[in-house]
Amino acid sequence: MKKKLVMIGNGMAGVRTIEELFKFQPDGYEITIFGNEPHPNYNRIMLSTVLQGDKSIEDIIMNDWEWYKNHGIQLYSGEAVTEIDKEKRQVTSDQGRKVDYDELIIATGSSSFILPVPGSDKKGVVGFRDIHDCEMMIKDSKQYKKAAVIGGGLLGLEAARGLLNLGMEVDVVHLMSHLMERQLDETASEMLKKELENQGMNFLLEKQTAEILGDERVTGLRFSDGSEIQADLVVMAVGIRPNVQLAKDSGIFVNRGIVVNDYMETDVQNIYAVGECAEHREIVYGLVAPLYEQGKVLAANLAGIPANPYEGTICGTQLKVSGCDLFSAGEIGDDEGTKSIKVHNEFDGIYKKIVIRDNRIAGIVLYGDTKDSNRLFRMLTKREDISGMTSVSILEANGCCGGGEAGDVAAMADDELVCGCNGVTKGTIVEAIRTNELTTVDEVGGCTNAGRSCGRCKSLISDILSYTLGDQYDTSAKKAGICGCTTLNKEEIVAEIRAKGMTNVREVMNVLGWSQDEGCSKCRPAINYYLGMVNYGGYKDERDSRLVNEKMHANIQKDGTYSVVPRMYGGVTTAADLKKIAEVAEKYDVPLVKLTGGQRIGLFGVNKEDLPAMWEDLGMPSGYAYGKTLRTVKTCVGEKFCRFGTQDSMGLGIELEKKFERLDTPHKVKMGVSACPRNCAESGIKDIGFVGVDGGWEIYIGGNGGTDLRAADLLDTVKTKEEAMEITGAYLQYYRETAAYLERTAPWLERMGLEHVKEVLADENKRKQLNERLDKTLERYNEPWQEAIQDNGIKEKYYQVRSVTVE
Amino acid sequence: MQMTKVRVKVADYDSLPERAGQAVTVGGENIVLFRKSNGDVKAVENRSPHRKGGTLADALVSGKFIYCPVYDLKISLDDGKVQAPDTGEVKTYHVEVIENEVYITI
Repeated sequence: MKKKLVMIGNGMAGVRTIEELFKFQPDGYEITIFGNEPHPNYNRIMLSTVLQGDKSIEDIIMNDWEWYKNHGIQLYSGEAVTEIDKEKRQVTSDQGRKVDYDELIIATGSSSFILPVPGSDKKGVVGFRDIHDCEMMIKDSKQYKKAAVIGGGLLGLEAARGLLNLGMEVDVVHLMSHLMERQLDETASEMLKKELENQGMNFLLEKQTAEILGDERVTGLRFSDGSEIQADLVVMAVGIRPNVQLAKDSGIFVNRGIVVNDYMETDVQNIYAVGECAEHREIVYGLVAPLYEQGKVLAANLAGIPANPYEGTICGTQLKVSGCDLFSAGEIGDDEGTKSIKVHNEFDGIYKKIVIRDNRIAGIVLYGDTKDSNRLFRMLTKREDISGMTSVSILEANGCCGGGEAGDVAAMADDELVCGCNGVTKGTIVEAIRTNELTTVDEVGGCTNAGRSCGRCKSLISDILSYTLGDQYDTSAKKAGICGCTTLNKEEIVAEIRAKGMTNVREVMNVLGWSQDEGCSKCRPAINYYLGMVNYGGYKDERDSRLVNEKMHANIQKDGTYSVVPRMYGGVTTAADLKKIAEVAEKYDVPLVKLTGGQRIGLFGVNKEDLPAMWEDLGMPSGYAYGKTLRTVKTCVGEKFCRFGTQDSMGLGIELEKKFERLDTPHKVKMGVSACPRNCAESGIKDIGFVGVDGGWEIYIGGNGGTDLRAADLLDTVKTKEEAMEITGAYLQYYRETAAYLERTAPWLERMGLEHVKEVLADENKRKQLNERLDKTLERYNEPWQEAIQDNGIKEKYYQVRSVTVE
Repeated sequence: MQMTKVRVKVADYDSLPERAGQAVTVGGENIVLFRKSNGDVKAVENRSPHRKGGTLADALVSGKFIYCPVYDLKISLDDGKVQAPDTGEVKTYHVEVIENEVYITI
């Protein structure tokens, strides 16, 4: 019979211990885990990125439900253990569940320390420790305006930045005279404060909170000096407290944390503690790297493998707030036994301080430039004697003439840490790269865990890849990277297609020596596009090489249903069309009918097999809301009805949309036409936008309102609609011929340069040729929804769902 | 309840298009058939192993691999395994082609 292992706590340290255990002994235990949060194990370090809006909660899940299932782990989530019976070797949960154990791990982590001041139990007072806290803050930010964060340390500042991102005004209250005083000296702290003030934070230093004001919900804070501030959300980020109550109640020796020896054993046989709840040699750790080291030692112990004892960790910290690049480790203050090297470049906002004791680095503070943090941290942890080095060579990486980074990697010993969070050494990474033929940073992470926690070491991993693979890495990963199937970049591929007159995808992959015969989801659509662009006279499109939405002529939704968006030229419709859309929505029981951002109506949540019939009932052309093509032309009402309008914006918009619809482009293309500079159609953030002025049109290009916001640049001012159409054609075709697949016009224009594009489009002869090729290309398109309705082959291949009954 | 495995005819071979998934529900199970370009037919559960779910019928097919249409996971049709750096596995079914008839065992 397998031994029973029970773990109380389902967080990063505990689950990592189980992962390490599987490496030693995949099948040694029957495992049960209790976690009081209703989530699988997630990356707690990344909570601040969730709050700051960079990641979703789903993104930070590290072990999903499937992982527990696949490893045969019985997980009770949302269930807390309330009792440990040491004699019977049994735990009891708050649901009354009793589970026996042979070995028990306590990994209960820690909680936010809530200041014991009057009012701290009011509504609107939260810690910053888990998903629930995060969700509370996000919810409250929608309703309330003023937040106060108590605590000017790492956690408090990250929370404050998040609340700023959520649109709140933020006061940061700190007891000490300097921010992050445990990690930064005065100079660095002052620089950080200035930067954060610029970002919009307000600081109240040397303030001791005496009372939280308000009735049911918090309304403000009162300090010990009698002053008050208003606040309708208070975040407590003054520190963490190990969750030890259960252990204490069960008679396990507890000091600040649950006291463990070098093998993570408590004073009770068969009970272990790991993570933030454990106290080792009088230290309770709150950072991930030591916790993972502890997990490794405990896993070896549980697997019965002799392991090195855990001897404590020196920690380095960084702040995850954009614009504040800082790193700190070890001792930061000076005393009579230390001497330090300081560099303070006020002009560039860079500060470096290396504290030296007995000819060895004892502490590091870096602000504004942290690229040497790994190297210096290594020197610190390895206690390297630096008496032979000059101060310059300590502060700057070895090597000259740009050899810096890679040379740095070459000089690293194999046992040196690359990823501090996960304890992965250079040697481990190099070996993983060689044995598993890894070529990307993500693959290295998948194989070794390196870079999977805070992500700071990713650039170093990239350097190691380049050092290990040599030129191979350069060519396969850095050269415009079309995909892993080839080392050729876009320019080379297009040149080969032209030179050899190639006309289909398989031929390209065959002739150019693709490593995967039929390509991948990245290169297949790209090659299909390039072939269609080069062979504009008559390319036979390869539908099965298109991205799924283009293949299906509908947008796939996350549950496998699709959306239908009919064309509505220039955003102009009729009562009859609206009726038809309404009837179709009712007939097919469409779950969501919504106006889209591009001035039309979307029908969402449609079953795939209903698509052709719906299209037929609608009798409208596809709006291509799914395609790398012209999406919509947004228009304002214009001179027809608006008293400010100087031009016929709807007329130009409709003409543009009718002419250029269905055209394949490297990425989606959006247009806007406004009849006056008030710009109601937002022409300034479109791939090409028009603004009506007295006597003509201004044409703007390269705008983007999406992920990378970019204001469009003025290309030209023209007098007539015909000129506007002609320039648009030439512009689109030049973009089609020179952009890489999936490159929007905004980065394309940055790359090509506005002046260059202006020059090309100013040349009448070039414009004419570009338009000729474009017009020829436009001849090859058919309306795809009509095609599907009329062609049973297409219907059967793409839209049918077969059904077989089992006797 | 003890389940016995049954062999079920799910399609005519010549009705299966090359390199495009065909969704088929068999006694309540959602399955998708892929005819690879070498002629072999493979069957997997029509559910993406990605934790956010989704279907696989409209996946891009390349040799013995498919690419999940929503999350771009690369999945082997031979054993259902998601390829690194992603992880996961989709259920596969045993397929037999006899004459022009395609059978799977469920």
